[in-house]
Order: sequence, then C-alpha cells, then structure tokens
Amino acid sequence: MGDAETLLRLAALNTAYARTIDTDRLEEWPDFFLERCIYRVTSAENHRRGQAAGIVYADSRAMLADRIAALRNANIFERQCYRHIVGMPSILDAAGDIVAETSFLVVRTLRDGRMDLFVAGAYLDRVRDDGGVLRFAERVVVCDSSRFDTLVAIPL
Amino acid sequence: MPDDAAALSFHPDPSPAWPEGLTRVPYWVYQDPAVLRAEQARVFEGPVWNYLCLESEIPNPGDWRATHLGLMPVVTVRTEDGGIAAFENRCAHRGSLICLDDAGSGAKDFTCVYHAWRYDLCGNLKSVAFRHGVNGKGGMPKDFRVEGRGPRKLRVTTICGIVFGTMSDDTPDIETFLGPEVIGRLHRVAGNRRLEVIGRYTEVLPNNWKLYAENVRDTYHASLLHMFFATFKITRLSQPGGVMVSPNGGSHVSATYAPTETVDRAYDGMRSVDDGFKLADPSLLDTVDENGDGIRQQLLTVFPNFVIQQTHNAIAVRQFLPRGTSETDLNWIYLGYADDTPEMRTRRLKQLNLVGPAGFVSMEDGCIGGFVERGAAAASDETAILEMGGTGTETQDTRTTEAAVRGFWKLWRGMVGH
Repeated sequence: MGDAETLLRLAALNTAYARTIDTDRLEEWPDFFLERCIYRVTSAENHRRGQAAGIVYADSRAMLADRIAALRNANIFERQCYRHIVGMPSILDAAGDIVAETSFLVVRTLRDGRMDLFVAGAYLDRVRDDGGVLRFAERVVVCDSSRFDTLVAIPL
Repeated sequence: MPDDAAALSFHPDPSPAWPEGLTRVPYWVYQDPAVLRAEQARVFEGPVWNYLCLESEIPNPGDWRATHLGLMPVVTVRTEDGGIAAFENRCAHRGSLICLDDAGSGAKDFTCVYHAWRYDLCGNLKSVAFRHGVNGKGGMPKDFRVEGRGPRKLRVTTICGIVFGTMSDDTPDIETFLGPEVIGRLHRVAGNRRLEVIGRYTEVLPNNWKLYAENVRDTYHASLLHMFFATFKITRLSQPGGVMVSPNGGSHVSATYAPTETVDRAYDGMRSVDDGFKLADPSLLDTVDENGDGIRQQLLTVFPNFVIQQTHNAIAVRQFLPRGTSETDLNWIYLGYADDTPEMRTRRLKQLNLVGPAGFVSMEDGCIGGFVERGAAAASDETAILEMGGTGTETQDTRTTEAAVRGFWKLWRGMVGH
C-alpha cells in the first residue's frame, strides 16, 4: 500500500466514522472497531501523566454496542447532536498496524439551538486492515481539556 | 444580626420567611448571589472540613496541590518535617495567585510571579524583592516586617489518607463532625488500603452547587432517574440498603446491597424498568466483593461538598465547587488502591464507565440540576418539597427517603442563618 493510498484510506475511515456519529447512525459506530479493541476517551493532562482511567473505557466491540444500547434505552439527556471536523491524519508508522494521529473538533448543538465548541483534541489510532476493511484496533480520544460541559453522552 | 442579613433575604420584597421545619426549600436559595457570598464566609470558610487532596498526591516535602474552599483558592503542601500545611493561594502583597498550576513537586519555596514575594512551604512570607530599594532609593519602609505576613492559613486534618482543611477555629475534630457511623464507612472504602489517583476530570454543571449537594444525598432518585441502575439491577430501592446521617445532619452514607429478589415487582409499570435489557459484554459488571460485605454501592458525603463513592469496584472522589450562583465545577478524581493487581485495575477502568461525565449512571446528574434551574427560574418564592421518609434527619434502613437532604439543610441553615 503506497503512502498516498494509505493516507486516503485513513482519511476516508475518519470521515465515515464522523459522519456515522453526526448523522445519528450510532448503531453502526461499533463496526469501525475490531472485535477486540480499545476505545478510550481521556484528556491531554491524564494522558501525559500516564493515568489510565478515561471517561469512557471499552476493550471490546460489544462494550461499544452496550454504550449505544444504554444511550438509546436507558440514559436521559436532552436532545443534542455533534458535528465532527476531522483533520488530515498524520501517519506515524505503517509497517504493521497503521499508527496515526488526527486532530478533531466537535461542535455540539443542543435542543434549544445553543452551539458550543464542545471538544478539541486528537485521535491516537492503531488501525488494521481487517479483510480489506480498515478498523480500529485502538482509538484513544485525547481531549485537549479535562473539562466537559454537563455530560458526554454521544461518542466522540 | 449579621451585616449582610438584609442582602441574604433579598427576595422577594419584603423578605421571605423560610417555612417551618426541614421539608420545604425556597428556590431563591439557589439563585441569589448574596447567598453565595454568605456561604463563602459562613460555610466554606466556616466550621466545616473542606476536601483538599489525598495524602498520596503529596508524598514528599515540597509536593503540593491546589484546590478551592468554595471560591477561595488554596494550596496544600507537604512540609519539610513531613507535616501538611495549607494556605490561601493569594499573595499577601497584591493578591495574585502564588501557585499557578494545579500541582507540583519538590518545591523549596513559593515565589509570587508578580513582584517576587517569597513564601516558605507553610505559607509564611520570607522575603520581599527590593525590600531595601535599589541604589539606596525606594524600598519598603524601615519598619516593615515580613513576620506574620502571608496569606490566610488553614487548619488541616487527615483521615484515611484524605486531607481536609478548615478556616474556622470552631470546627470540631473530624470524628465528631462526621460521627461514628459515617467514620466507620469511610474506613471501609479508604481506611484499609492506600488510595491512588488514576484519572481526573471536571464536569461543568449548569446549576447552583447546592442542587448537586442535594442530589448526592438523595437516595430516592437513584433508581428512578438513573435507568441504567434499575435495568441492570445495580441498585433498586427494593434491594436492601439504607442511609445513615451524621449527628449534625450534614454528612451521610448510603449503602446498597446486592439484590436478593430474582424478580422485582416494585417498579412494574414505571419508566425505569426493562428487564429484557442485557449487556452484550457483561464483563462491565464483573464485580469482586472486596470488603466481603455485599455492599454494591456506597455513597458517602462530607459536608459541604465532598463525596467518596464505591460503585461495584469503581472508586471515585467527587468535589463540587461553586463558580457562580448557577455554575459548579464537579471534580471527578478516579481512584484505585496502590496494591491493585493488573486485573483489578482493568476492572476498575471498565466500571468507571458507570461514573463521571460520560457515566452510564452518573451522566444524568450532570443535567438534572440544570433542569431544576430552568424549571424554577421564575419561582424564587416557591418551595421544593422534601417529605419522603418523614420530616426528620435520622438514620433509616431504607433509601426511599430524603432524610440526608433534610440533614444538609439543617446544618446549612444553622451556619448561614436561616
């Protein structure tokens, strides 16, 4: 796989990921991950200190599906949506799993129309070609801030 | 009569009387900026124990951590002799913050960046830059003394590796402040093993801090608002449990035991029930009974604004600090024990999905206070009702009660003067 092709495939993965969340097709979101995977939402401060506890921690695709099931069936929060703006991936290593880092912004729009720059950060990814489909073996969402407004319901 | 009594009773005109007893709370108490000012003086700087940090965060001399007493910035420091000192994070000269970061280690002293006034680890002023002037000109008056100058100091106590501080000489020792029931349960979660911070997040709540103080003491709402709890039988009011309230009313501990009934009918027909809902990855709730007592969840408060919780194997401290009448910083400090096995640590990381800003169980608490703020926006003179479980503040063997919420108001009113 050439560098340009890898870059393009990663960029396509990221935009598909973002579009799935932003268009509320959350049930499809776990499919972006391998069955055994790591999905973690942390902050730059916790990441730098090596503190492992995230506000979200999943080590299986099934746990991601559970999170969506909980959001749909159990959790109470006001209607809101995200708009992800995802940067161009920096490919750090492509010898085995693709190791990449990608900046992102999320604008959150609440039911009453209020819009906030909700999160800025970087995805630290390990991506594997799973039978011709790129999936995340690991996606660590490193938020620049450790402060979160009200709640983080929808995946980042 | 206190100087600001008139300001306290600002709303409406003429001033309202607080209804008799502990079963009503007027909404102006969450809305009035004068109340927040009074709370700063009489609650946060009053006869209470404020959470400062964990001992394990400042193990060596010169290690320090910054936090707040209400609105007041404070620094907590491990001193040269191994003791712990705490002082207001405010330079005695012009009021600038002395420490700018959240934490540091190995400090020999603290120097204000503004004019380089320098303090020792206990917050005593040691030197003043250009005190004797430059080239014989300027400088402080000859009779200026550094002795006795410095930011205000706190009295510090530690219990179970947790450091608390107070500004008041009248604060009783923490054992008396909390009483034997709460102390016993504090030992249960924090007294036997060394706590270690494994993550730290802040949730910005769109509400007055007291709405959160009530929420954490409100054992009635847990399985009604938090549907995840009920659905997965983490806690239901029909599970055994109860609430203990400290003698002064202000602090509490609630416990929920593992369910005993296989079929639960108490919630039939209510929103928060879906017995068919199963986890695809049940390892989330794979729980080890670390204390051998069957307590699935323990929530413990220390008045005014500290919580330590155990939910299955997730352990966390919550500290909530006012940032204004209708904004509160909820600081989540995720914990493990220093001697955790790797397997137990991973279990804690997974179960911490239950708590925090994205927590399956906690996320609703982030927004519910805002719903009250918005619902009661024009209802300053109306009151909330607190009659569940009677009118008192006594320990009860049920969680279908608002006893601990009434207890909070009992102590708060005694301090603030209503």
